[in-house]
Amino acid sequence: MCLAVPGRVMDIEERDGTRMATVDFGGVVKEVCLEYLPDLQVGEYAIVHVGFALQRLDEESARQTLDLFAELGMLQEEFGDAWETAAMEAGVDPVEEVRKS
Amino acid sequence: MKYIDEFQDPGLARRLLDDIHATVTRPWALMEVCGGQTHSIIRHGIDQLLPEEVELIHGPGCPVCVTPLEVIDKALEIASRPEVVFCSFGDMLRVPGTGRDLFQVRGEGGDVRVVYSPLDALRIAQQSPDREVVFFGIGFETTAPPNAMTVHQARKLGIENFSMLVSHVRVPPAIEAIMSSPSCRVQGFLAAGHVCSVMGVGEYPELAERFRVPIVVTGFEPLDILEGVRRAVRQLERGEHTVDNAYARAVRPEGNPAARTMLEDVFEVTDRAWRGIGVIPDSGWRLSSKYRDHDAEYRFAVGGIRTAEPAECRSGEVLQGLLKPHECEAFGTLCTPRTPLGATMVSSEGACAAYYLYRRLDLPATKAREASPVV
Repeated sequence: MCLAVPGRVMDIEERDGTRMATVDFGGVVKEVCLEYLPDLQVGEYAIVHVGFALQRLDEESARQTLDLFAELGMLQEEFGDAWETAAMEAGVDPVEEVRKS
Repeated sequence: MKYIDEFQDPGLARRLLDDIHATVTRPWALMEVCGGQTHSIIRHGIDQLLPEEVELIHGPGCPVCVTPLEVIDKALEIASRPEVVFCSFGDMLRVPGTGRDLFQVRGEGGDVRVVYSPLDALRIAQQSPDREVVFFGIGFETTAPPNAMTVHQARKLGIENFSMLVSHVRVPPAIEAIMSSPSCRVQGFLAAGHVCSVMGVGEYPELAERFRVPIVVTGFEPLDILEGVRRAVRQLERGEHTVDNAYARAVRPEGNPAARTMLEDVFEVTDRAWRGIGVIPDSGWRLSSKYRDHDAEYRFAVGGIRTAEPAECRSGEVLQGLLKPHECEAFGTLCTPRTPLGATMVSSEGACAAYYLYRRLDLPATKAREASPVV
């Protein structure tokens, strides 16, 4: 969870007085808070951690990192089903765990 | 995957390695302080590609691993209450408390939910005004600003049924504690890039000067790590000890000022216990008194819970670089990812889990390569 993943800003809107963005992480799309990088624009890349953009990143670096994360399975770790992972680690039927969650 | 042609840019990796080999004249011990870096090092066999004079020691860089047992027990106590929706990042589910973990609490009927962001927990609180929603706020300086902003938002929007169990830790006091130990062998640090993307590098010059230790801000991709090692070794060979930023594409010297301002508003520095290590002065954050209404420790009166660490888990020594995971007697026998004794085995970023996953036992480099599974 301490890793941060680069993503590309798709659109920006104000919600509850907070600047929020839709961000694409190599195919996975999440809501991201822009309060710490308020001048980030659509099309730009940023390092995002637990739903917050923390620092700008150039496109080439962002793409390289995303490719590496995909290859290492880290995107799955960050955005995949945590109950399924925990169930497998615990030796419990993962299908049952996902159904419960 | 221990072969240099599998690096993203094998030519650059080769040049960096050649330079390190050409520079080094005697043994040096470097510590990486980021769990992501540890996994990248083991996964890509970087330690095996380096000259034998350069030893990489794995530091306390995994927030899940260093969260003390008594904080897990506080989380379990709160999560067991019928009125509570307990929200956590997924990698805390299987961290063992005393006798059980959050995964088991849910099995017993507790409403434990996994969220991607602390803001998701705040949204649950907004949508469920009749429930008490608690978020488990752990992590280093990278995770603290999102959590700080979430508490700030809860206050701003008047969401009274939201609180946070906070156990944040800070890297510089950990470096200080490691360097102050009489058994310390660390001569240089690879500082955690994402921590510095928030905090900048301002906290490090004093440490580098006082302990005469080079500190190189490093990313966690294989080439980043090789470059960090190269710069640290160059300094050591020249007798220098400065702070150097080898991750400039993501780390500005000043970090993220807006995030740092929010941290100062919502949190205050406190002494914090680290799992297996003990209390390190000023090494953590807690909610400042201004935000006490949103502090789950007070709201659920769990401040009094005190738990002793189990003796058979030696994760404290692993976290301080005094012991390699496979040198622990319980490694791979009593302690596996399925039956973890400590968090360094259960966390995906823990050093013990990295060694277990990549079958890194105490084998010569060539044997370790053969033993490594393709994953």
